[in-house]
Amino acid sequence: MYTDKVIDQFQNPRNVGELENADGVGEVGSPACGDIMKMFLQIEDGVIVDVKFKTFGCGAAVATSSIATEMIKGKTLEEAEKLTNSMVIDELGGLPHEKVHCSVLAEQAIKAAIKDYRSKHDTENKNEE
Amino acid sequence: MQRRYFDYAATTPLDSEVLKEMLPHMEENFGNPSSVYSYGREARKVIDDSREKVAKIIGAQSKEIFFTSGGTESDNWAIKGTAFANKDKGNHIITTSVEHHAVLHTCKYLEKQGFEVTYLPVDEYGLIDLDDLRNSIKDTTILITVMFANNEIGTIQPIGEIGKIAKEKKILFHTDAVQALGSIEIDVNTLGVDLMSISGHKIYGPKGIGALYIRKGVKIDNLIHGGAQEKKKRGGTENTPAIVGFAKACELAESNLQEQIKRTIQLRDYMIKGILEGIPEVKLNGHPEKRLPGNVNVSIRYIEGESILLSLDLLGIAASSGSACTSGSLDPSHVLLAIGLSHEIAHGSLRFSIGKYTTKEEVDFVLDKLPGIIQRLRDMSPLYNV
Repeated sequence: MYTDKVIDQFQNPRNVGELENADGVGEVGSPACGDIMKMFLQIEDGVIVDVKFKTFGCGAAVATSSIATEMIKGKTLEEAEKLTNSMVIDELGGLPHEKVHCSVLAEQAIKAAIKDYRSKHDTENKNEE
Repeated sequence: MQRRYFDYAATTPLDSEVLKEMLPHMEENFGNPSSVYSYGREARKVIDDSREKVAKIIGAQSKEIFFTSGGTESDNWAIKGTAFANKDKGNHIITTSVEHHAVLHTCKYLEKQGFEVTYLPVDEYGLIDLDDLRNSIKDTTILITVMFANNEIGTIQPIGEIGKIAKEKKILFHTDAVQALGSIEIDVNTLGVDLMSISGHKIYGPKGIGALYIRKGVKIDNLIHGGAQEKKKRGGTENTPAIVGFAKACELAESNLQEQIKRTIQLRDYMIKGILEGIPEVKLNGHPEKRLPGNVNVSIRYIEGESILLSLDLLGIAASSGSACTSGSLDPSHVLLAIGLSHEIAHGSLRFSIGKYTTKEEVDFVLDKLPGIIQRLRDMSPLYNV
């Protein structure tokens, strides 16, 4: 049911872990639903220079988080914000229908982390003023 | 890659002796048992002999055995057949919250048809409370249906006690014994069961065959209408090869049941002990003793079941989980929720089911690989903090 790419991302996930001094952190999902994704971003001059994730969930949840981190690493925030769940699915060579929500979570986790960064960043700017 | 099968509760491989018995009835003995000429008579004789063998394993008479397409049909027939045949006497059915979907969804259907259903709760081990059962009985109760042993957590219900209560109150008693057949001893008379569902493919027989035991004198409506087969109770040309296979499987299961129970329990307890001692923050689901000989069900904290199954599968190990992600729904198993597990813990459940071909070497392989798999997934989990 899973493509080789999904299996590879699940077996050898990229960018697993946490960033201690992350500039933006996003967490979506809930343990009750069986999926939680947490994304950590390090941002310099509007560019995502490092990204890590932790995921509680099925094989597809791990694979979508992993590939999503690869897709946004080195990208500007504006570029990363344009990442959609269907881009994640395409990059994995497809996902079973009942696993599409995992790719949605990956997109939401990145957006949540960027939002977190922006809110902190805006506050900092305000503090400087 | 060498594969190791730990999902005997889902289905079992066909025993080669069963296959050998079936083959002639696919080629040369192909006659329709309803035909009057020799082809038909031969097939009829084979079905009669098979019925004897199936009856014997549950202590029934052969005329009380009616072949069906399997456990699901038997459950549907027993429940709907009893409900519709007794709708003038009452409309209340008592069941449990941990039944197989073949029972639960049939009861839900009957609720839409105007029947009233009580779903008895279970304790942390998955057992019903007999006082709850007694208190749920009303003047309108026409059926009690309680599974013999649970397919997910293996808990064995007090069927004999339930049978006594049902008899005392003159209420029909059905049990889904699909998981129990061939695993533990069953005698319909000492248990006081009126209707019992059984199936072939859980006991090394073919798929698509099962039976409903209907105690002599018990009248239920037909589910499948058609020809005069199965004493006019279940239409459709008999699936002779499958019936022969099912009967052979029953015969084999009965022949060394006690020895098999002993061996399987030993392996099961060895596996449970190995998992509980080898991995921190793991909990056994189901009753420690009142459980099927081949059932191991554990909840593993901080991780999700499907990802464990996938990791095991990549090593050739086949197991099962109550996680929602294996079913396509968002809710984890209703059985695990009914025994009081939180959604989060239920998502991390894992079932290994052991059968007659399981070896200690296979169990050792799992015990060797599982801790590493779990640690890897926990290290990825945001819920797990070292």
